[in-house]
Amino acid sequence: MLTLTCPYCGISAEETELSPGYEAHLKRFGPASSDAEFEAYMFARKNPKGVHFERWRHSYGCGKWFLAARCTATLEVFGTYHAQVSQPPADLIAAIIKKRPDWKGYA
Amino acid sequence: MFNPAAVSALNGAAFSGYARIREIGPLGMITLRAAPNVAALADAIKAATGCAIPQMRGIETAGGNRCAWMSPDEYLLIMPHADVPAALDAIAKALAGQHHLALDVSDARAVFAIEGMAASVLAKLSPTDFTALGPKELRRTRLAQVPAAFWVEGANATVICFRSVAQYVFDLLSHAAKAGTEI
Repeated sequence: MLTLTCPYCGISAEETELSPGYEAHLKRFGPASSDAEFEAYMFARKNPKGVHFERWRHSYGCGKWFLAARCTATLEVFGTYHAQVSQPPADLIAAIIKKRPDWKGYA
Repeated sequence: MFNPAAVSALNGAAFSGYARIREIGPLGMITLRAAPNVAALADAIKAATGCAIPQMRGIETAGGNRCAWMSPDEYLLIMPHADVPAALDAIAKALAGQHHLALDVSDARAVFAIEGMAASVLAKLSPTDFTALGPKELRRTRLAQVPAAFWVEGANATVICFRSVAQYVFDLLSHAAKAGTEI
């Protein structure tokens, strides 16, 4: 069972209280973009084995979207953070690198 | 609009098991949405309910009125059903010209009181860690398949859910409170 701490209300919420929002930090390509860019934005996901950044919604709780970093192989949660950022916070990145020295970065 | 003939969803349905389940209401409820940095927000809550502004997940009490923290920009004001129009006026006056939303949601909700061993009943139905739940805390969570919120006072608790699922929640609570199924 995945347990994530909502950064907005501080509840340590288990999976059934949350709704998944899939990969985080996607760059949106809208109507002015090329077909290839739009296709990549729409369908191409990294789906890594290991460190993954995701969107989650505390849907049965405070209702807010937040972001989480976890390992898809071990379900280890590295941290959760507010959704109003375009990249993961530096201290979280540092903590992940410490635990996963061979991690290639999120980009 | 305030309806003097308002009736609660289940007309005061009650069940007695190892805990007593009772539908209460109609209860006045106002959803107040405003960013926490809106000036006079605390004054508006004070004017409408007499309560202090609650901290994260907190619920404040003043007489029979309450104010609960629902999310970083949402509060739930609870009061007698007949007091809602006056409270809405007080909020509109206190927050005039500032970005906010206050809405009477009394008729959108159903409220249940659980009397005795409430944590045992609720622990069967929601993924709540009752050891981490504070005495002045409103927990928004789910009861089986539907969203709900509750606060616990000693052995008793008050549960709020949507009116459309009132019968479902009453049946859930009653079933969980059947005599002989204590945990």
